[in-house]
Amino acid sequence: MQPPPEVVHWMFGTGFVFLGLCLLAETIVGRKVWRRRAWRAYLWPSVAFLMGVFMWPVMVFFTSSAIHMLAHGVWAQAMMLAGAAQLGLVRGKLRNPLWELTLPFAFAVSGGAFLIHEQNPWLFSRAAFLHHALGWTAIVGALVTLALFARPRSPVFNAGFAVVFLAFSVLLFCDRNVAPIFGHLSPLAGGR
Amino acid sequence: MDAELVQERTEVRARQRQSWRHTAVSALGPLTALVGLVWALAQPYRITMLDPDKHGFWYLVIQPPLLVILAGAVFHFWVVPGLLADLERAEEEPVP
Repeated sequence: MQPPPEVVHWMFGTGFVFLGLCLLAETIVGRKVWRRRAWRAYLWPSVAFLMGVFMWPVMVFFTSSAIHMLAHGVWAQAMMLAGAAQLGLVRGKLRNPLWELTLPFAFAVSGGAFLIHEQNPWLFSRAAFLHHALGWTAIVGALVTLALFARPRSPVFNAGFAVVFLAFSVLLFCDRNVAPIFGHLSPLAGGR
Repeated sequence: MDAELVQERTEVRARQRQSWRHTAVSALGPLTALVGLVWALAQPYRITMLDPDKHGFWYLVIQPPLLVILAGAVFHFWVVPGLLADLERAEEEPVP
Protein backbone atom coordinates (compact mmCIF):
# COMPACT_ATOMS: atom_id res chain seq x y z
CA MET A 1 0.00 0.00 0.00
CA GLN A 2 3.06 2.24 -0.41
CA PRO A 3 2.45 5.30 -2.58
CA PRO A 4 4.51 5.41 -5.82
CA PRO A 5 7.49 7.84 -5.62
CA GLU A 6 5.89 10.34 -8.01
CA VAL A 7 2.81 10.51 -5.76
CA VAL A 8 5.05 11.24 -2.74
CA HIS A 9 6.65 14.09 -4.72
CA TRP A 10 3.22 15.49 -5.59
CA MET A 11 2.19 15.42 -1.92
CA PHE A 12 5.34 17.35 -0.97
CA GLY A 13 4.58 19.70 -3.89
CA THR A 14 1.16 20.51 -2.43
CA GLY A 15 2.73 21.37 0.91
CA PHE A 16 5.28 23.60 -0.82
CA VAL A 17 2.49 25.49 -2.71
CA PHE A 18 0.72 26.21 0.58
CA LEU A 19 3.97 27.24 2.27
CA GLY A 20 4.93 29.47 -0.67
CA LEU A 21 1.56 31.22 -0.51
CA CYS A 22 1.94 31.81 3.24
CA LEU A 23 5.46 33.24 2.80
CA LEU A 24 4.27 35.45 -0.07
CA ALA A 25 1.40 36.73 2.08
CA GLU A 26 3.87 37.41 4.91
CA THR A 27 6.00 39.47 2.49
CA ILE A 28 2.96 41.50 1.39
CA VAL A 29 1.57 42.30 4.85
CA GLY A 30 4.90 42.45 6.69
CA ARG A 31 6.29 40.25 9.44
CA LYS A 32 4.71 42.33 12.23
CA VAL A 33 1.15 41.80 10.98
CA TRP A 34 1.81 38.16 10.07
CA ARG A 35 2.99 37.37 13.59
CA ARG A 36 -0.05 38.94 15.28
CA ARG A 37 -1.46 35.42 15.64
CA ALA A 38 0.85 32.88 17.22
CA TRP A 39 -0.14 29.96 14.98
CA ARG A 40 0.91 31.94 11.90
CA ALA A 41 4.31 32.71 13.42
CA TYR A 42 4.87 29.02 14.13
CA LEU A 43 3.50 27.77 10.81
CA TRP A 44 6.62 27.96 8.62
CA PRO A 45 9.12 26.66 11.24
CA SER A 46 6.81 23.77 12.20
CA VAL A 47 6.32 22.79 8.56
CA ALA A 48 10.10 22.90 7.98
CA PHE A 49 10.63 20.66 11.03
CA LEU A 50 7.82 18.31 9.97
CA MET A 51 9.21 18.03 6.43
CA GLY A 52 12.50 16.97 8.01
CA VAL A 53 10.67 14.33 10.07
CA PHE A 54 8.85 13.04 6.96
CA MET A 55 12.17 12.69 5.16
CA TRP A 56 13.02 9.76 7.47
CA PRO A 57 10.25 7.46 6.14
CA VAL A 58 11.21 8.60 2.64
CA MET A 59 14.79 7.54 3.45
CA VAL A 60 13.68 4.16 4.81
CA PHE A 61 11.07 3.18 2.22
CA PHE A 62 12.03 4.94 -1.00
CA THR A 63 15.80 4.85 -1.33
CA SER A 64 17.43 2.22 -3.49
CA SER A 65 21.17 2.71 -2.85
CA ALA A 66 23.55 3.66 -0.05
CA ILE A 67 24.30 7.13 -1.46
CA HIS A 68 20.56 7.73 -1.98
CA MET A 69 19.89 6.76 1.65
CA LEU A 70 22.76 8.83 3.07
CA ALA A 71 21.67 11.89 1.05
CA HIS A 72 18.12 11.66 2.37
CA GLY A 73 19.33 11.09 5.94
CA VAL A 74 21.62 14.14 5.92
CA TRP A 75 18.87 16.12 4.29
CA ALA A 76 16.34 15.11 6.99
CA GLN A 77 18.72 16.22 9.73
CA ALA A 78 19.47 19.59 8.10
CA MET A 79 15.76 20.33 7.64
CA MET A 80 14.95 19.38 11.23
CA LEU A 81 17.83 21.54 12.49
CA ALA A 82 16.62 24.57 10.49
CA GLY A 83 12.98 24.04 11.57
CA ALA A 84 13.93 23.64 15.23
CA ALA A 85 16.19 26.72 15.14
CA GLN A 86 13.42 28.78 13.54
CA LEU A 87 10.96 27.55 16.19
CA GLY A 88 13.41 28.55 18.91
CA LEU A 89 13.89 31.99 17.38
CA VAL A 90 10.12 32.62 17.04
CA ARG A 91 9.49 31.41 20.61
CA GLY A 92 12.32 33.61 21.91
CA LYS A 93 14.29 30.72 23.41
CA LEU A 94 17.11 31.36 20.96
CA ARG A 95 18.34 34.94 20.91
CA ASN A 96 21.50 34.81 18.84
CA PRO A 97 20.62 35.86 15.26
CA LEU A 98 23.37 33.55 13.97
CA TRP A 99 20.84 30.71 14.39
CA GLU A 100 19.20 32.12 11.24
CA LEU A 101 22.19 30.72 9.36
CA THR A 102 20.79 27.21 9.86
CA LEU A 103 18.36 28.08 7.04
CA PRO A 104 20.93 28.69 4.27
CA PHE A 105 22.82 25.70 5.70
CA ALA A 106 19.72 23.48 5.29
CA PHE A 107 19.19 24.75 1.76
CA ALA A 108 22.84 24.15 0.85
CA VAL A 109 22.75 20.62 2.32
CA SER A 110 19.44 19.89 0.52
CA GLY A 111 20.88 21.17 -2.77
CA GLY A 112 24.08 19.20 -2.25
CA ALA A 113 22.08 16.05 -1.40
CA PHE A 114 20.05 16.38 -4.62
CA LEU A 115 23.10 17.00 -6.80
CA ILE A 116 25.40 14.42 -5.25
CA HIS A 117 22.96 11.50 -5.16
CA GLU A 118 21.78 12.09 -8.75
CA GLN A 119 24.60 10.47 -10.67
CA ASN A 120 22.98 10.50 -14.11
CA PRO A 121 23.25 13.47 -16.50
CA TRP A 122 20.48 16.08 -16.93
CA LEU A 123 18.79 14.46 -19.95
CA PHE A 124 18.95 10.85 -18.70
CA SER A 125 15.26 10.95 -17.72
CA ARG A 126 12.76 13.41 -16.32
CA ALA A 127 13.53 12.35 -12.74
CA ALA A 128 17.27 12.98 -13.30
CA PHE A 129 16.54 16.39 -14.85
CA LEU A 130 14.32 17.34 -11.92
CA HIS A 131 16.91 16.22 -9.38
CA HIS A 132 19.47 18.54 -11.00
CA ALA A 133 16.94 21.40 -11.30
CA LEU A 134 15.78 20.97 -7.69
CA GLY A 135 19.37 20.82 -6.47
CA TRP A 136 20.31 24.07 -8.17
CA THR A 137 17.05 25.70 -7.01
CA ALA A 138 18.02 24.75 -3.44
CA ILE A 139 21.47 26.30 -3.96
CA VAL A 140 19.75 29.50 -5.17
CA GLY A 141 17.56 29.18 -2.06
CA ALA A 142 20.70 29.05 0.09
CA LEU A 143 21.97 32.27 -1.52
CA VAL A 144 18.56 33.97 -1.09
CA THR A 145 18.35 33.00 2.60
CA LEU A 146 21.93 34.15 3.10
CA ALA A 147 20.97 37.53 1.60
CA LEU A 148 17.87 37.49 3.83
CA PHE A 149 20.13 37.00 6.85
CA ALA A 150 22.07 40.12 5.84
CA ARG A 151 18.93 42.17 4.98
CA PRO A 152 15.96 40.60 6.83
CA ARG A 153 13.50 43.35 5.90
CA SER A 154 14.20 43.37 2.18
CA PRO A 155 10.90 42.70 0.33
CA VAL A 156 12.88 41.40 -2.67
CA PHE A 157 14.68 38.70 -0.66
CA ASN A 158 11.51 37.83 1.30
CA ALA A 159 9.57 37.44 -1.94
CA GLY A 160 12.51 35.50 -3.39
CA PHE A 161 12.33 33.12 -0.43
CA ALA A 162 8.62 32.47 -1.15
CA VAL A 163 9.27 32.07 -4.89
CA VAL A 164 11.92 29.40 -4.17
CA PHE A 165 9.20 27.30 -2.48
CA LEU A 166 6.79 27.85 -5.36
CA ALA A 167 9.55 26.82 -7.80
CA PHE A 168 10.12 23.67 -5.72
CA SER A 169 6.43 22.83 -5.95
CA VAL A 170 6.33 23.27 -9.76
CA LEU A 171 9.36 20.99 -10.15
CA LEU A 172 7.92 18.38 -7.78
CA PHE A 173 4.61 18.34 -9.64
CA CYS A 174 6.51 17.70 -12.91
CA ASP A 175 7.93 14.46 -11.54
CA ARG A 176 6.94 11.07 -13.02
CA ASN A 177 8.35 7.63 -12.19
CA VAL A 178 9.60 7.07 -15.75
CA ALA A 179 9.17 9.78 -18.36
CA PRO A 180 11.23 11.50 -21.06
CA ILE A 181 12.57 15.01 -20.69
CA PHE A 182 12.49 17.21 -23.83
CA GLY A 183 12.16 14.00 -25.87
CA HIS A 184 15.15 12.29 -24.22
CA LEU A 185 14.89 9.08 -22.23
CA SER A 186 17.95 6.87 -21.80
CA PRO A 187 17.48 3.16 -22.67
CA LEU A 188 18.93 2.46 -19.20
CA ALA A 189 15.98 4.34 -17.70
CA GLY A 190 13.41 2.39 -19.69
CA GLY A 191 13.50 4.25 -23.04
CA ARG A 192 13.85 2.58 -26.44
CA MET B 1 -6.50 74.53 6.79
CA ASP B 2 -3.15 73.27 5.40
CA ALA B 3 -2.81 70.86 8.29
CA GLU B 4 -6.27 69.45 7.56
CA LEU B 5 -5.38 68.97 3.88
CA VAL B 6 -2.14 67.23 4.78
CA GLN B 7 -4.02 64.99 7.24
CA GLU B 8 -6.63 64.13 4.58
CA ARG B 9 -3.97 63.33 1.98
CA THR B 10 -2.15 61.08 4.46
CA GLU B 11 -5.39 59.19 5.17
CA VAL B 12 -6.11 58.78 1.44
CA ARG B 13 -2.59 57.42 0.92
CA ALA B 14 -3.03 55.03 3.84
CA ARG B 15 -6.31 53.76 2.34
CA GLN B 16 -4.67 53.29 -1.07
CA ARG B 17 -1.85 51.29 0.53
CA GLN B 18 -4.41 49.22 2.43
CA SER B 19 -6.37 48.45 -0.72
CA TRP B 20 -3.23 47.36 -2.59
CA ARG B 21 -2.21 44.94 0.16
CA HIS B 22 -5.77 43.72 0.61
CA THR B 23 -6.14 43.05 -3.10
CA ALA B 24 -2.81 41.26 -3.35
CA VAL B 25 -3.43 38.97 -0.36
CA SER B 26 -7.04 38.30 -1.41
CA ALA B 27 -5.94 37.41 -4.95
CA LEU B 28 -3.31 34.81 -3.99
CA GLY B 29 -5.74 31.94 -3.27
CA PRO B 30 -8.04 32.46 -6.29
CA LEU B 31 -5.04 32.86 -8.62
CA THR B 32 -3.56 29.60 -7.35
CA ALA B 33 -6.90 27.84 -7.84
CA LEU B 34 -7.08 29.31 -11.35
CA VAL B 35 -3.63 27.87 -12.14
CA GLY B 36 -4.88 24.46 -10.97
CA LEU B 37 -8.00 24.80 -13.13
CA VAL B 38 -6.01 25.75 -16.24
CA TRP B 39 -3.69 22.80 -15.56
CA ALA B 40 -6.70 20.45 -15.26
CA LEU B 41 -8.02 21.71 -18.61
CA ALA B 42 -4.60 21.43 -20.25
CA GLN B 43 -3.93 17.89 -18.95
CA PRO B 44 -7.35 16.31 -18.29
CA TYR B 45 -5.75 12.85 -17.96
CA ARG B 46 -4.36 14.06 -14.63
CA ILE B 47 -7.95 14.13 -13.33
CA THR B 48 -8.14 10.40 -12.68
CA MET B 49 -11.67 10.52 -11.27
CA LEU B 50 -12.87 11.03 -14.85
CA ASP B 51 -11.76 7.45 -15.53
CA PRO B 52 -11.78 5.76 -12.10
CA ASP B 53 -11.65 2.13 -13.30
CA LYS B 54 -8.18 2.54 -14.79
CA HIS B 55 -6.43 3.84 -11.67
CA GLY B 56 -5.43 2.52 -8.27
CA PHE B 57 -5.98 4.02 -4.83
CA TRP B 58 -3.08 6.51 -4.72
CA TYR B 59 -3.69 7.91 -8.20
CA LEU B 60 -7.36 8.44 -7.36
CA VAL B 61 -6.56 10.20 -4.08
CA ILE B 62 -3.65 12.34 -5.33
CA GLN B 63 -4.62 14.34 -8.43
CA PRO B 64 -2.11 17.21 -8.75
CA PRO B 65 -4.30 19.90 -10.44
CA LEU B 66 -7.01 19.31 -7.82
CA LEU B 67 -4.41 19.49 -5.06
CA VAL B 68 -3.25 22.90 -6.34
CA ILE B 69 -6.88 24.09 -6.30
CA LEU B 70 -7.24 22.65 -2.79
CA ALA B 71 -4.07 24.42 -1.57
CA GLY B 72 -5.37 27.74 -2.96
CA ALA B 73 -8.80 27.19 -1.37
CA VAL B 74 -7.39 26.23 2.05
CA PHE B 75 -5.13 29.28 1.99
CA HIS B 76 -7.99 31.56 0.93
CA PHE B 77 -10.60 30.33 3.41
CA TRP B 78 -8.37 29.45 6.35
CA VAL B 79 -5.46 31.92 6.34
CA VAL B 80 -6.67 35.02 4.48
CA PRO B 81 -9.73 36.12 6.56
CA GLY B 82 -7.77 36.44 9.81
CA LEU B 83 -4.82 37.97 8.03
CA LEU B 84 -6.98 40.68 6.42
CA ALA B 85 -8.61 41.45 9.77
CA ASP B 86 -5.16 41.85 11.36
CA LEU B 87 -3.98 43.96 8.42
CA GLU B 88 -6.97 46.32 8.77
CA ARG B 89 -6.39 46.63 12.51
CA ALA B 90 -2.68 47.36 11.98
CA GLU B 91 -3.40 50.03 9.37
CA GLU B 92 -5.98 51.73 11.58
CA GLU B 93 -3.50 52.02 14.43
CA PRO B 94 -1.80 55.43 14.63
CA VAL B 95 1.81 55.43 13.46
CA PRO B 96 4.08 56.26 16.44
